[in-house]
Amino acid sequence: MAADVHRKKGWEVPNGSLAPGDGQHVERSESPTPGLAQGTEPGAGQEGAMFVHTRSYEDLTSPEDGAAAVRSPEERQGEPAEPTSMEQISKDFSELSTQLTGMALDVEEEIRQSKEGKLEPSPQTTRRDSVLSGKEEEDVTMDAWRMHRKHVFVLSEAGKPVYSRYGSEEALSSTMGVMMALVSFLEAEKNAIRSIHADGYKVVFVRRSPLVLVAVARTRQSEQEIAHELLYIYYQILSLLTWTQLNHIFQQKQNYDLRRLLAGSERITDNLLDLMAHDPSFLMGAVRCLPLAASVRDAVSTSLQQAKAKSLVFSILLSGNQLVSLVRKKDQFLHPIDLHLLFNLISSSSSFREGEAWTPICLPKFNSSGFFHAHISYLEQEMDLCLLLVSTDREDFFTVSDCKRRFQERLRRRGVHHALQEALRTPFYSVAQVGIPDLRHFIYKSKSSGLFTSPEIEAPYVHEEEKERLLGLYQYLHSRAHNSSRPLKNIYFTGPRENLLAWVTSAFELYICYSPLGTKAGAISAVNKLMKWIRKEEDRLFILTPQTY
Amino acid sequence: MMAIRELKVCLLGDTGVGKSSIVCRFVQDHFDHNISPTIGASFMTKTVPCGNELHKFLIWDTAGQERFHSLAPMYYRGSAAAVIVYDITKQDSFHTLKKWVKELKEHGPENIVMAIAGNKCDLSDIREVPMKDARDYAESIGAIVVETSAKNAVNIEELFQGISRQIPPLDPHENSNNGAIKLGKQTSQTG
Repeated sequence: MAADVHRKKGWEVPNGSLAPGDGQHVERSESPTPGLAQGTEPGAGQEGAMFVHTRSYEDLTSPEDGAAAVRSPEERQGEPAEPTSMEQISKDFSELSTQLTGMALDVEEEIRQSKEGKLEPSPQTTRRDSVLSGKEEEDVTMDAWRMHRKHVFVLSEAGKPVYSRYGSEEALSSTMGVMMALVSFLEAEKNAIRSIHADGYKVVFVRRSPLVLVAVARTRQSEQEIAHELLYIYYQILSLLTWTQLNHIFQQKQNYDLRRLLAGSERITDNLLDLMAHDPSFLMGAVRCLPLAASVRDAVSTSLQQAKAKSLVFSILLSGNQLVSLVRKKDQFLHPIDLHLLFNLISSSSSFREGEAWTPICLPKFNSSGFFHAHISYLEQEMDLCLLLVSTDREDFFTVSDCKRRFQERLRRRGVHHALQEALRTPFYSVAQVGIPDLRHFIYKSKSSGLFTSPEIEAPYVHEEEKERLLGLYQYLHSRAHNSSRPLKNIYFTGPRENLLAWVTSAFELYICYSPLGTKAGAISAVNKLMKWIRKEEDRLFILTPQTY
Repeated sequence: MMAIRELKVCLLGDTGVGKSSIVCRFVQDHFDHNISPTIGASFMTKTVPCGNELHKFLIWDTAGQERFHSLAPMYYRGSAAAVIVYDITKQDSFHTLKKWVKELKEHGPENIVMAIAGNKCDLSDIREVPMKDARDYAESIGAIVVETSAKNAVNIEELFQGISRQIPPLDPHENSNNGAIKLGKQTSQTG
């Protein structure tokens, strides 16, 4: 236990964020895999990680996470920054803050005007963009509305609706009023409501001042996992507004209608909720890579690395929701949550298909008080390959756009274009490649790299609800393995339609799903064989040599 | 060999009026019914002949949503022209257009060419904004006005040709004094 505490300490850096350890973590002796110390498991990067180390799942839901988010930016600035390019970044951010106030001033002006009664609230500003969202607003009094498996509501502390997954916020304002009343009622007693369990439903509350997030779910997920999803929604909102601006607005005017600033972003939030229901990335708190021959990936990464600019912090190439390559500024680490938000942003909008997009984006886990500026474009019309260049300077569009041109040129010169195209044709591999007859599916996460791999979901999980059921089983095992009061290392689950096995060590997490006719002994030998296969394929399934500029 | 002039053009207007559709029609002669709202801004170029010059339009298609409002100055600053778009079936969008014109008059470049586009003219049976209102308003502010349909490719080319004609011919002694600016390495100086 002492070793554990020590390790956590080692990860804390003075600027309040987390950075990877220096690779000297020693495997605890009681570990079932003495040969696989963290950093040596399949998929572990050879030259350190590219992500901020999450202490895995608990990191996201632990109370100190919230405490960190609530700290004011002044406090952050007061902390000693790392004397490297962190200084440059914070300088960039203080420059950015001017434009931030620019935006805040805009709102301030309106708030002032509305206080003075000058500004009539125009009807168009509060409407949901139903024409564009392509989603019919549902009648919230209908049974069909009640039947949804998971509702998500976001409201302000004044009880004003901010977002509802189904149905219009206006129609739900009294419902949200009741939710806020519940929260306030318990807070008056210096208590906090966390969840209500009744009639097969879980009602989960997450409080992130000035917002309250509520989920009403009929899924098998644990309270902890639902809260985790709500946090993602919170971060999603921060990525659009920044924490600083969000707080500033509500400090100025407690009953501000946030929907006007979030107008048009509903589909991004909707998409995030849909994605979390079928993509294990969010559950694993890790990122999946596009399977790609190491030589091709290296060529891509090197091309990306060479197409750099002073203001660039991250260059990310992705396909679908899989990572192809990530190059980062030295000493700057991306958090998997931030990368998931970027993936979601790109998958939720077809607008990036045309031209070159340039948009402010806050990466809340990196710095929740400022905006980065992202250049987003697809490399070719018909190719599912999206390039994301994250810059600190909003005036730097043409420099960054030139980086894209240089990257494409280098890609052509290295002649990997064709190989890349070929790899995109089969973005997922089949579990049959592993060669274990009873094995149906698996998820393997390397903790030190923050990457995971998983084959395509195949028969018998063909229909959407079957796929979600499989993910539901993984969620169940995951929640048992990471239960904060009684974590488990090994779980063997026998179900009527499949057997599952979970194995969580300090270096990796493995979840396998195999035939209901298989035996426990068979499962264990399958695990050994699978681990060998992953080791053999690791340079194709993972990014082992992450690059920096 | 014709001289190429780079003209920065920005599109402004309420969300959902069809700014991106106009650009998409103009640049790629393509229309997508299910286009997503623009996030931030989108950049595209198209070169068209104009007299004995080539005009290379550097088009900034901005997002109409309110949270991106404060970024607009970055796009109209240094612009040779602004296309302000409204939806003829939505009176509100015409109201927003007037706010944009006001902002351009106050903070935009002095000689900026303003073009008003009443989009979705294929839906004239549910029209809310009479053509006359737009024409009178455009006249009062000295702007080009045209009703367009990105869907049916009506008046899109004409809109940009109209802009091209309004751009004063290049005076060889006085570079970039007319709102037309070179972009690229020197971008930072235009701020």
